[in-house]
Amino acid sequence: MSIGANEEFRPKIVAFCCNWCSYAGADLAGSSRLAYPADVKIIRVPCSCRVNPMFILRAFERGADGVILCGCHPGDCHYSTGNFYARRRMTMLFSMLDYIGVENGRTRVEWVSAAEGAKFSATMNDFVAKVTSLGKNVRLGDLRCKN
Amino acid sequence: MQELINKAKELLANGTVVRVLGWRAGDLSYNPEPAFFETEEDLQKFVYDGFCGANLSKYMIEASKLDGKTLVFLKPCDTYSFNQLIKEHRVDREKAYIVGVGCRGKLDIDKIKEQGIKGIESVEGTELDGPDTLTIKTLYGDKTCSYASAMLGRCHVCKGKEHMIADEIIGESKDTKDAERFDAVKAVEAMSPEERFNFFQKELRKCIRCNACRNVCPACSCRKCVFDSNKFDSAQKANVDSFEEKMFHVIRAFHVAGRCTDCGECSRVCPQGIQLHLFNRKFIKDINEYYGEFQAGADIEARGPLTNYTFDDVEPSIVKERG
Repeated sequence: MSIGANEEFRPKIVAFCCNWCSYAGADLAGSSRLAYPADVKIIRVPCSCRVNPMFILRAFERGADGVILCGCHPGDCHYSTGNFYARRRMTMLFSMLDYIGVENGRTRVEWVSAAEGAKFSATMNDFVAKVTSLGKNVRLGDLRCKN
Repeated sequence: MQELINKAKELLANGTVVRVLGWRAGDLSYNPEPAFFETEEDLQKFVYDGFCGANLSKYMIEASKLDGKTLVFLKPCDTYSFNQLIKEHRVDREKAYIVGVGCRGKLDIDKIKEQGIKGIESVEGTELDGPDTLTIKTLYGDKTCSYASAMLGRCHVCKGKEHMIADEIIGESKDTKDAERFDAVKAVEAMSPEERFNFFQKELRKCIRCNACRNVCPACSCRKCVFDSNKFDSAQKANVDSFEEKMFHVIRAFHVAGRCTDCGECSRVCPQGIQLHLFNRKFIKDINEYYGEFQAGADIEARGPLTNYTFDDVEPSIVKERG
């Protein structure tokens, strides 16, 4: 499948969602009939802390234009402290990506609980709009994976 | 230097240690290499001068698996790495007899070459108690330059002259700090995202993936390294594309974030002269800024910043807010 020159740009977004809060939040968004763009591809992880920084780099390598990590609110982690570690790790990684010149709008962490279907939908709409405005991810792509 | 050799001979003779970890003369007089010495005769090749920049802590990982104690010579900055390795249970304190050696900054042959001095045969005046001016014997006669102008970049941001761990100390150390540690990082941060991207693109394009930075790093001590996996396409330069070129160094720096003592070995050994410390220091700067001052290896008991947390840590969105 190729994207024609006159076709509208649709970003590829990878969303890592924690099993206990954000994945359930996405479920609630669905069952509440709240729309969010189909460009978002959700990957379910047991905890936001499961997300190795390499996963995020790998997603970018494989052609993602934006990566978002969703987890339980700090303090509400199913495993008590997982998201605290994830928070520090992601702060470091995002800061480094910003440092090497990658647009900082392409990465985001958002805490979404299982009851926040509306927040999930709003967050995804907002993030997709942001990444769309940034355009194609040329700085972090892997040439071999392009079309 | 003679004092160190005498000490080594004494400890070998009375059976306190069975081997000595130090430096021996390399192929070139300004290129000494780390070496193990097991007998008194071996020690004839022992050297300790201004070019002995190599951090010997990492070699203690292997030495800790051998029988008997090892005498290891550590400079003040190397002791941070050794402490960090103790904390990670990679070296055995009981297997090491640590002699802290004096240091007045280590030299970088490239810094001498950059001053337009070519055809170098040998450099004199590099000893610990030597003069402030180096005499360089070249094919075109003798040249001179100041000791400070030939120092490694890392010595200009010296962490201090105190040994963090040692059984005894031989020789006087000097604090050679004459620049701010994070100035280089701040200069990069001040650029626009496009400039930063181009800067790192240009810098990392030089990488030949020799893995010297990984192999020398005292914090990079996993038995199985992610970069050795043939499933991960970065095992060799031939497979490497622009992504790997950029990401190898980010991944490498991330793996040692919070554990890097900023010993500067990566930048010292890079054959392409890539400023690898820019990555490590960026992480250190961020950690200091967000989670409080932290110097890896200064305190064995302290928890590493990335294996710790507080309830009100900054959110990752700070990166965006900071602009």
